[in-house]
Amino acid sequence: MMSSSFNIFRVGISFVMVCIFYKSSVDTLPELSPQKYFSTLQSGKASLAYFCQADSPSTSIFLEELNKAVKPLQDYGISVAKVNCVKEEASRYCGKEKDLMKAYLFRGNILLREFPTDTLFDVNAIIAHVLFALLFNEVKYVTTLERLQNIEDTLKGKANIAFAYVRAIGTPEHRAVMEAAFVYGTTYQFVLTTEIALLGSIGTEDIEYAHLYFFHCKPVLDLTQQCRRTLMEQPLTTLNIYRFIKSMEAPLLTEVAEDPQQVSTVHLQLGLPLVFIVSQQATYEADRRTAEWIGWRLLGKAGVLLLLRDSLEVDIPQQANVVFKREEGMPVEYLVLHDIDLVISHVEKNMYTEEVREDEDDDIEGPDTDTLGIQDDEVAETVYRDRKRQLPLELTVELTEETFNATVTASDSIVLFYAGWQAVSMAFLQSYIDLAIKLKGTSTMLLARINCADWSDVCTKQNVTEFPVVKMYKEGENPVSYAGMLGTEDLLRFIQLSRISCPVNITSVQEAEEYLSGELYKDLISYSSVSVLGLFSPTMTTAKEDFTEAGKYLKGCVITGIYSEEDVSILSNKYTATLPALLLARHKEDKVESLPLANTHAQDIVQIITNSLLETFPEITVENLPTYLRLQKPLLVLFSDGSINPQYKKAMLTLIKEKHLDSLTPCWLNLKTTPVGRGVLQMYFDVLPPLPLLVVVNLHSGGQVFAFPSDQTVTEQNLLLWLKKVEAGLESPITILPAQEWKPPLPAYNFLHMMDAAASQHSSRKSPECVKETDVQENDKEQHEDKSAIKKEPTETLRIKHWNRRFLGQLITGRVSTLIGSPNQTFTM
Amino acid sequence: MGLSVARLWGSPGLLLTVALYLALTLHPVQASTPPHRDYCVLGAGPAGLQMAYFLQRAGRDYTVFERAPGPGSFFTRYPRHRKLISINKRYTGRANSEFNLRHDWNSLLSHDPRLLFRHYSPAYFPDASDMVRYLGDFAARLGLHVLYNTTIAHVTLSKDRQAWNGHYFILTDQKGQAYQCSVLLVATGLSVPNLVDFPGSEYAEGYESVSVDPKDFVGQNVLILGRGNSAFETAENILGVTNFIHMLSRSRVRLSWATHYVGDLRAINNGLLDTYQLKSLDGLLESDLTDLAIVKDHEGKFHITLKFYWEEGNQRADAITLPQDDSDNFAMRVAYDRVIRCLGWNFDFSIFNKSLKLSSVGEFSKKYPLVRGSYESKGSRGLFVLGTASHSVDYRKSAGGFIHGFRYTVRAVHRLLEHRHHRVAWPSTEHPITQLTSSILRRVNEASGLYQMFSVLADVVLVKENATAFEYLEEFPTQVLAQLETITGRQARHGLFVINMEYGRNFSGPDKDVFFYDRSVGHTEDAWQSNFLHPVIYYYRHLPTEQDVRFRPADWPLPRPTAIHHIVEDFLTDWTAPVGHILPLRRFLENCLDTDLRSFYAESCFLFALTRQKLPPFCQQGYLRMQGLVGTESLRQHRVESGALQDHAAADRHREDSGQWPGYHGPVGHPQAPGPLVQPLHSNKEEL
Repeated sequence: MMSSSFNIFRVGISFVMVCIFYKSSVDTLPELSPQKYFSTLQSGKASLAYFCQADSPSTSIFLEELNKAVKPLQDYGISVAKVNCVKEEASRYCGKEKDLMKAYLFRGNILLREFPTDTLFDVNAIIAHVLFALLFNEVKYVTTLERLQNIEDTLKGKANIAFAYVRAIGTPEHRAVMEAAFVYGTTYQFVLTTEIALLGSIGTEDIEYAHLYFFHCKPVLDLTQQCRRTLMEQPLTTLNIYRFIKSMEAPLLTEVAEDPQQVSTVHLQLGLPLVFIVSQQATYEADRRTAEWIGWRLLGKAGVLLLLRDSLEVDIPQQANVVFKREEGMPVEYLVLHDIDLVISHVEKNMYTEEVREDEDDDIEGPDTDTLGIQDDEVAETVYRDRKRQLPLELTVELTEETFNATVTASDSIVLFYAGWQAVSMAFLQSYIDLAIKLKGTSTMLLARINCADWSDVCTKQNVTEFPVVKMYKEGENPVSYAGMLGTEDLLRFIQLSRISCPVNITSVQEAEEYLSGELYKDLISYSSVSVLGLFSPTMTTAKEDFTEAGKYLKGCVITGIYSEEDVSILSNKYTATLPALLLARHKEDKVESLPLANTHAQDIVQIITNSLLETFPEITVENLPTYLRLQKPLLVLFSDGSINPQYKKAMLTLIKEKHLDSLTPCWLNLKTTPVGRGVLQMYFDVLPPLPLLVVVNLHSGGQVFAFPSDQTVTEQNLLLWLKKVEAGLESPITILPAQEWKPPLPAYNFLHMMDAAASQHSSRKSPECVKETDVQENDKEQHEDKSAIKKEPTETLRIKHWNRRFLGQLITGRVSTLIGSPNQTFTM
Repeated sequence: MGLSVARLWGSPGLLLTVALYLALTLHPVQASTPPHRDYCVLGAGPAGLQMAYFLQRAGRDYTVFERAPGPGSFFTRYPRHRKLISINKRYTGRANSEFNLRHDWNSLLSHDPRLLFRHYSPAYFPDASDMVRYLGDFAARLGLHVLYNTTIAHVTLSKDRQAWNGHYFILTDQKGQAYQCSVLLVATGLSVPNLVDFPGSEYAEGYESVSVDPKDFVGQNVLILGRGNSAFETAENILGVTNFIHMLSRSRVRLSWATHYVGDLRAINNGLLDTYQLKSLDGLLESDLTDLAIVKDHEGKFHITLKFYWEEGNQRADAITLPQDDSDNFAMRVAYDRVIRCLGWNFDFSIFNKSLKLSSVGEFSKKYPLVRGSYESKGSRGLFVLGTASHSVDYRKSAGGFIHGFRYTVRAVHRLLEHRHHRVAWPSTEHPITQLTSSILRRVNEASGLYQMFSVLADVVLVKENATAFEYLEEFPTQVLAQLETITGRQARHGLFVINMEYGRNFSGPDKDVFFYDRSVGHTEDAWQSNFLHPVIYYYRHLPTEQDVRFRPADWPLPRPTAIHHIVEDFLTDWTAPVGHILPLRRFLENCLDTDLRSFYAESCFLFALTRQKLPPFCQQGYLRMQGLVGTESLRQHRVESGALQDHAAADRHREDSGQWPGYHGPVGHPQAPGPLVQPLHSNKEEL
């Protein structure tokens, strides 16, 4: 490629952060004598040399770091060497004493700079300092606002500025800026500062981190006008700076008239999304101004394009005014956004929070590990946050090994098995206590609980090895496990409905009529909207057995009864049923249905009864959604803010009645009672169109979401037409639900890696004793923290941090003899 | 025999007849076939009774043979000074009976809470006679089948193709009565005092017979040979009345608090160390006994000399050179009134016929018989060694030589036998994957077998296909992990976790300073450097092979895993801290299984159900089965405050995107930083 003919080290824009110079052999630090070294210097070529005494140790932290810098510096055409000062060849660069050895930067054989080794504390510092020295003319270092203003003024109308603040010279951020300057230094004026005050004065609030601004000075013709500024929001890494500058170079606004799905610009390659502002002939001028404005706001974050709808060949949804393309190959999103801020926030919300770690820092404590300690389990987090609240636990009976059997045999009881350390069971314990408050003094059922963390034997004997579990113990019956939602309401229903036997044995026709009318169990009707009655002639033993089994299975979910007296025909005739039969009394609608039950097994009876509990047009809630999802049909949901609009309801019910909606599960959602529905809508729409909204969600195949056009009125006809179009694939979905698997939210500690690293360190250091090893590691940490830390931070503060960390650790584990005294004392015991 | 091979194969019924015929004709028909037992247990000590208990509960055909008239005869005489050094901790502040077994070193395992040792002695270090009483009650109350006063004098092997293991064990008692056993369980302990042969060794009194009355030692110079607990126990008893005690042994003293091995010198016996270091004339010396000789002078006092001199000096007391003749400051130049030998015990190999191939661990160590990691003899299938005699598996490492350790290894052997001979698979429980973190946590916080038999017995989690469920197996011997499928009858096709307890590497050892500063870590990211006993979880994508186990890295209890997790050591051994213990464990399990194991409220599951095509396991296995976690209003409030829940009830304000709850933005939003430290586990698949 470009090897020997290379004499200036500027490579131009095509230099893409990757090594261009590739010298195959020399990757390690060459060791030369002074004479040899000076003979290799080529004019115009930069070279960094570390002069050291021949008898000095062959390894040191500095040499290790210098070794790491060989390859990256070579990529910039800078050679690196270690020069051994031997007695015969004394050079003036050879210091007198061991401690005074320095590194020198030459261009040709001209000395450019000398560096005390402590300024070159790691590979980043080495590269940053060397490039900083070489690019002395290209990168202006400023300390005052005036100076910055001067530079800005002189460049107006001529060139743009890349202005960077780094906390200290020699930091990884500084290195990244210098590497960018190496590439872009002739195109843009690079300005660097380490003064926080300077950054503050140009209006940055968060000055804890390094910053990079792009000053758009080239288009400024009026000298009194300020250059527009764009802040780079990503962390300062070489790749991010590259991406940022690239996006600055891209046009602010592009006009297109093709299918957004096909459009691609440099932004997508840089991993930035595209935002199309849909324009029409009539409003072109205004649209263009809006788009430009959005373009400025999104500069560096997304590419903005003006999509001319009138010259477009493909169809895009009528009402959509913004098209969002997240990534090459991904389906575009059509949005209705009536506010520029909404466009911006949509983009920001959907941007990848990409964290590419460029520097392969093999330090054991990476910054990412901090986030691993953040609780991201909502149940664990909320239970933890609630830990200090006193619950009225005394409302439930706490059982122990001694009291368990006596208690559950003495009275009908409900027992909650939980584990004190398990978040889910502790969350449910709260609902359980709420239930106890509700039932206080009214129930004959004893509410008890047992902490399996204490009484694990009891729990194991009750066959409880998971938590939480609720079991009901009734005299003369096998314990029943509760299988419903872990919440107050559902458990209450279970308890109430379990008061009666399942099925109830009805003994007379009159009683049966009272049962069907809801009179018999008046107080239970609110818990079970349907009462089920099995009718059998006395001889139908198998059918009765099946029904009884089904009833037992459904205990606590629904009221079931059985009638098999001689005069059963009175009932079967009245309700036109053929024996064996099932009567379903729907109390809300005040009607009784009958179903034949010949040769139906218990399992199927359960199924029939469960299905009968489903409503035709239910209000969907958090509690009942799973029941309807089981039908495996697309949902037709009417989102309503408050109770349902009667006109809509009528339209839906008519369609249901006419069997037009059999392939769907029609339902409605009340945002007042199910506020999480708003979260669902936000996912579908980004911005809520006016409610009510009708949506088809194809959850089970494909995940498409279709919205009924908001400009149409909900009539049976329109609805039917729209559904037909959806079914025929003529409607385009407003969004497609993501189909990603649930992967680990965050990585785990890689202890194996750490152990390996320690083992290799261990063997290279040859320190067999564990005590010493800890000592060494401890020192290492300290040193590392020192050198990677920002120079400006006083070392004392660092020490304090370090000590805090250590002491805190010991206080947690408690195994510490004393907190006073230096660690060295204890090691030398 | 005239029958063609084809005919033989043609009819299995006939084959059987022929085989029987062969057996009857080819072997000399014995006058009376000896009584048969499926299981014969030798010895009614703690290990023998423990095995009898499990056999009894399983309804097996077994007999225990005991030469003494009652169980636990060892404890009727030993320890000589009657104080057991196994802890009888009656109070822990915890109700959990499994947890409390972690601190009860004397009880055997049973279902009867009355058979806990704390009901037998109030002493922290109880009296040995209480142990005898306890064992007597254990055998009697549980109705164990023990043949007392039956000394098995001889054990031989009799080949028989019908037998479970291809041979029967023939036991012959002192009266010549023979017994035929399918499986032989040897729990005879270590009963032969260890003797070291050197000139003058006959002058030494043995621990087994020396007086325990301090009066007999008044004003005497005493030399004790050995440096184990029996040596120190003997010294402790007479420390106050002797002129001084010298203690001589080959190697330096090993303190159990430094080695974490209960067989080393316990602090309760270490009075001599104290007086030695506080310049009170007592002392410890290191020398190999076999290089020495004891010479008795005309006054009956004992002098120490070198074997070398003794061999030179015609073995006449007066003529033998003493070391002080050459080197006048020789440490043991003083004359001793008594020499006491306290050198431990060996296994009694004498009753086993050569055909059993029951050999000792090493040529020089006759202490223990050689067994596999499954406690089965390497020489003959069906012969298992239990109890103290089985300690070669974890000698100087764990507690397998002591009641609080072998009660668990006996159970493991019983489980192995149940599967091998009765098709009863190793007990296990099956759970949905959402219970994985809880199942592991529960065990590491209460399991006593894991705690006592750390690094020898470990729990195993067998992951089911697609990682939707798992099976949990308790206390499996780690050394035979490779044979898990054949031993347990369970399948390990889709990866497994091994839950082990470990001290930090390099933390335990005879010369380690275990009180060094900074010996503990408190930060989760430093958990791998934990020193005190802590849970370690190994993840294997495939069941390790025998090669993997045999050639595992030095100091590793298990072969190198695909990934490893340390739960950071805890001062209270209570690993239930939500962020310090549970969260890192969950992250580890998630990354091994490549799934999301968080728990969610029903409301979140509802949101996911309507906005995602896939649901996390917790919602799938709970909410979708109508068992979602509803939560209360106050918890809901905390969700809003924590940022986990957008307050939808509030107005349409736009949410500040904290990014803390990636689940709400879809998996694309998950930061998956490919840093070197936080490498996702699947990325090193190739590497391993």
